[in-house]
Amino acid sequence: MRLFKRRELACIELVEVITDYLEGAMPARKRRLLEQHLTACDGCTAYVEQMRRTIETTGRLRAEDIPPELEERLLVAFESWKNA
Amino acid sequence: MQPVETSVVEALRAGDESAFRSLVAEYGPSMLRVARMYVGSRAVAEEVVQEAWVAVLNGIGRFEGRSSLKTWIFRILTNIAKTRGQREGRSIPFSSLAPDDEASVDPDRFAENGHWASPPRSFGPEDRLLSDETMAVVDAAIAELPPSQAIVISMRDVDGFSAEEACNALDISETNQRVLLHRARSKVRQALEDYLG
Repeated sequence: MRLFKRRELACIELVEVITDYLEGAMPARKRRLLEQHLTACDGCTAYVEQMRRTIETTGRLRAEDIPPELEERLLVAFESWKNA
Repeated sequence: MQPVETSVVEALRAGDESAFRSLVAEYGPSMLRVARMYVGSRAVAEEVVQEAWVAVLNGIGRFEGRSSLKTWIFRILTNIAKTRGQREGRSIPFSSLAPDDEASVDPDRFAENGHWASPPRSFGPEDRLLSDETMAVVDAAIAELPPSQAIVISMRDVDGFSAEEACNALDISETNQRVLLHRARSKVRQALEDYLG
């Protein structure tokens, strides 16, 4: 909150609130202030772009499959639950 | 409950093994990944996942659909993982956030007026971001995060949970979830910048 009392946003502040912005958790007035800043700041525009690409890249990580022995144990547990 | 979910729940209650298998295929990998962050070893994480599924089966008769099935399953998982982690002397502080003294970007990169002195540049062409080496950098950066941050970024950005699903699965507030996500993403971004820059 305190970051936005002034009418202007500094780059060092933008990097702290960028997740609020990307998550849509920023009140409209603050969002306008941030977007205004972006139109005039190449550094922050690059930063936001890096953040978006970071999120995309993280999204390409894949959880490993369940190992077959564990799957086997789960199916045994399922059978005994079913027959209980 | 969504209609699709109702039919899955009913199939499970009726003892339909293929419904169980497909749920395990859908959520099992994420469950194992999340469990691994709470406990000390892969073997224990597998036990946690097994225990969670047994609890899911035993509880499915009482599942009322007040949360989504996914949220409910992960809530069970994280409760079991938490208990198990505590027994091992590992407890993950989700709520007692350290004061906001962690800068998202090294303060030295800004001038005195708060504007960039050393601004970020583009990460460059897409194919470099897609390489196995880059993915390994992301994986390693997540592994180095405090567990609460690693769990939140895994759920949100790897497993595609919505903010609400992550909050419900972890029983934390929206603000708390967002702060953890912010710290996690900021550090992963920094790791990528260090690597690609």
